[in-house]
Amino acid sequence: MNNEFYPLFFSFHFYLFGLIALASALLFVTRKSPVAAALWLVNVMFCLAALYVMLDAQFIGAIQVLVYAGAIMVVFLFVVMLLNLGRPEDVSDIRGQFPRLAAGAVGLALLAEVMVLARAKFPAQIESAIPSGDLSRGEPGGIIGPVAELLLKDYVLAFELSSMLLLTAIVGAVVIGRKRS
Amino acid sequence: MLTQTDAPMTGHPLADTVARFAWLLPVLPLLGFLFNGFLSLRAAAHPGPADPTAASHDHGEHGDHGDHGAHDAHGHDDAHHAARHPSAGLVSLIGPGVLLLSFGLALAVFVAMRAAHIEEAYVLTLFQWMPTGKLSIDVALQLDQLSMVMTLIITGIGSLIHIFSVGYMQDDPGYPRYFAYLNLFVFFMLLLVLGANYPLMFVGWEGVGLCSYLLIGFWFHEKANADAGKKAFIVNRIGDFGFLVAMFLMFANFGTLSFAGVEEAAGGLMVGSLIATAICLFLFLGAAGKSAQLPLYIWLPDAMAGPTPVSALIHAATMVTAGVYLVARSATLFAVAPTAQLTVALVGALTAVFAATIGLKQWDIKKVLAYSTVSQLGYMFVGVGVGAYTAGVFHLMTHAFFKALLFLGSGSVIYAMHKAYHETHNHEDAQDMRNMGGLRRHMPITFGLMWIATLAIAGIPVFSGFFSKDEILTAVFARTHGSTLAEASLFGIPGTALLYAIYALGLAAALMTAIYMTRMMLYTFHGPNRTGEAERPHLKEAPWVMTGPLVVLGVLSLVGGWMNLPLITGGAIGPVELLHHWLEPVVGTGANIVTLGETPHLSHATEYTLIGTAVFIAVAGIAFALWRLKPAALVAAKDAPAEQGIAKVLHDKWYVDEAYDAAVVQPTLGVSRTVLWKGIDAGLIDGLLVNGSALLTRAFGWMGSQAQTGRVGTYAWVIVLGAVAVLGAFSFL
Amino acid sequence: MVAESLALSAALFTIGVIGVLTRRNAIILFMCVELMLNAVNLSFVALSTLYGAAGQVFVLFVITVAAAEAAVGLAIVIAIFRHRQSVNLDDINLLKG
Repeated sequence: MNNEFYPLFFSFHFYLFGLIALASALLFVTRKSPVAAALWLVNVMFCLAALYVMLDAQFIGAIQVLVYAGAIMVVFLFVVMLLNLGRPEDVSDIRGQFPRLAAGAVGLALLAEVMVLARAKFPAQIESAIPSGDLSRGEPGGIIGPVAELLLKDYVLAFELSSMLLLTAIVGAVVIGRKRS
Repeated sequence: MLTQTDAPMTGHPLADTVARFAWLLPVLPLLGFLFNGFLSLRAAAHPGPADPTAASHDHGEHGDHGDHGAHDAHGHDDAHHAARHPSAGLVSLIGPGVLLLSFGLALAVFVAMRAAHIEEAYVLTLFQWMPTGKLSIDVALQLDQLSMVMTLIITGIGSLIHIFSVGYMQDDPGYPRYFAYLNLFVFFMLLLVLGANYPLMFVGWEGVGLCSYLLIGFWFHEKANADAGKKAFIVNRIGDFGFLVAMFLMFANFGTLSFAGVEEAAGGLMVGSLIATAICLFLFLGAAGKSAQLPLYIWLPDAMAGPTPVSALIHAATMVTAGVYLVARSATLFAVAPTAQLTVALVGALTAVFAATIGLKQWDIKKVLAYSTVSQLGYMFVGVGVGAYTAGVFHLMTHAFFKALLFLGSGSVIYAMHKAYHETHNHEDAQDMRNMGGLRRHMPITFGLMWIATLAIAGIPVFSGFFSKDEILTAVFARTHGSTLAEASLFGIPGTALLYAIYALGLAAALMTAIYMTRMMLYTFHGPNRTGEAERPHLKEAPWVMTGPLVVLGVLSLVGGWMNLPLITGGAIGPVELLHHWLEPVVGTGANIVTLGETPHLSHATEYTLIGTAVFIAVAGIAFALWRLKPAALVAAKDAPAEQGIAKVLHDKWYVDEAYDAAVVQPTLGVSRTVLWKGIDAGLIDGLLVNGSALLTRAFGWMGSQAQTGRVGTYAWVIVLGAVAVLGAFSFL
Repeated sequence: MVAESLALSAALFTIGVIGVLTRRNAIILFMCVELMLNAVNLSFVALSTLYGAAGQVFVLFVITVAAAEAAVGLAIVIAIFRHRQSVNLDDINLLKG
């Protein structure tokens, strides 16, 4: 996506997806039904995938759709349905008035702090910086090249270890989730 | 260890003589201790007839005698008649053997020292003990005329008493233990007198205290004996505190603790120096504890709970004189502190009179001798207190002779009495004079020898005690004019007046000494026998192993005075002032300071008057006793009525023990119980600190455990709040 | 665009936090955690436009860990549900020692 040529188009879509993500997140967190909440979360993830693509992270965007929205959230839905938790009345899920207000206050405080920190600690050019596609310029395969370079060279140990982690998680999930005889 | 004689003083006249082996003097008894102690322990490991606990039952029966309120602390001073210890033969050889070897060596060193005419002490440094900063203390032995005299007394009298003990203790199941303690005592006593500095002397000082404790409580299965040992130990601690403070003061002010160094430093002090006075008074506190002076004398009469030879060796002849030795050893230091000297002399004189009054009314033969010892020790302190160090040491020596003889003689009597009572299975008190009487017919040797000792202690001319006592009294009189003491004052009383008072007290004590000693002899050996019809045939003289040492001591008591004949005899009956000249290099400096550098001279007329007074007093005392006391009128202890009036007060020892109990012991116990135990230990330490800290920990733990609900929701809240707090700190601070 | 991305990221993260604090359903809680992870991912990606591709590599690892976490976490939820017939976190206090 090149915003040098369509700056307004780019900006419009960036804000659009951002607002959708925000609204979906709010809807997600306020839904009583787990199924509805999961679907709203999927929506958030799709929007984020779109933002990733606009931020020159096409590969991550693809992975976001495939793994997060496609795989992880599906597992969530599977579990919800497996345990037959679809009816919200079954679970007195949302806490009372006071905890909600307190959580809201704490959340606002956290938000304020993070914003202050982001302004104070990051360089001023973030304010005006516009992704220019520099990362992928000149690379035949776009951004995938530099990422692969780092992933399979500098971070190859972490890469291998994450494969071990996944294997362990698979085994662990099977062992834990297995029905005891 | 002790064999490292690597640093002998070269160039000293004694360096190449037998004195090089002086370290063997204490080591020999130490070896004896190790050997006998080993035998004793080995026996204890094989319970049998030799096991002390096996005899306790037997002793318990004997301890259940008719106590007439007269014998509060002494135990049965006699053998237990259990089976003889299996190693007794070997112990009898080793125990006295090491002492005789030591005595022989001491004699050899003495001969060498006489030949060498040494002016300064021969210090035999064995090894470094405490090299710390500016202070370096060596384990060093000091051979000079004073320590030589003490060594000869200790090893000589010690040998005789060891030999006596072979007979006296022969049937005791603790035979090897007894000789182990006795040998250990001699080791520490020799360390005390041979040490070349105060700390080493203190080691010996504490060591003899330990052995005294062990031997007083030798028959510890009877509570009274064990209590007597503890009493001696605790009372001595008060004195030891004084000794320690004195040493700290010496180090702080003189920077040295060796005898030579302290003497040199003391020589540079002004007469009347405050620091010397303080040191001397603290030293005297130590001496008063060890030598049983007012107000710390109370342990010595109780110490008679030990076997009688122990009383003779430790509580009459050697250990209790350590205080006198300490003062004589610090002669120069005391000489520059006339106030302290007056205190010493006054306390000595008061003790002499006070103890003598109690001695007048005791029924226990050993108690009489015990109070007599306290009284005579007071005399010695009068001697060294007025700066007549030679006189004090002279009396120490003659006292060692005749008091050892008296104690061993009484031991011989008790031995015979106990044997007689044992034969007839009678449980009467074998030490009560009311149960004796007329023993001269049964024990003629003991009888004769004890009269010699009695005349000696009473101060009858020709006998040894006369010369030494007379010398002390003459010295006190001579110091009333022309001495630092006469110029000094105590509590505002001028020295001259005090010295006259001390002289008068000395005479009073001498009078009473004559009375109570004659009384003891009359009741024990004269008049009709009160032991009992059945027992009478069993009263017999002790075997020769016991009477032999008595004879030797009798001869010494008779002729001991010749060691220091007064000048006034003019050499008519022998060389004069032998001991005085002998000790001159050691105590001469101090004595000279006291007499302002002049030899004190009384006119011959004065001196004859003094001697005449002393002799008159002694004879008067004996005559009074012979006139007033009627041994025929005495009844046996079990029939005797209780004393009345002043006699009861004296018999009950002026109620000093009771007064101490009320004034010191009970308050201490009370404070310990209410404040220290209930208040501080149980309340503060247990309650507040121990249980309180536990409670505090538990409270914090409870608070922590309340935060742990196990609910994820709570944890999430805590995490978020923590994150908010940390981020807040980052963003706003 | 980076500044806006960071703001959105912060907002999404806060929503996730509020969700964690207000919900009792274990599965919803997991989803909230996923939302927080996604918010962080957005920050990574946004900043990678300025600081290089390493941020994107990190996002990959985050996704990997999230996948593993979801697998194990959901397995645990299933196991607990079998025991208690509930996924209400207030019913579960096994963490209490």
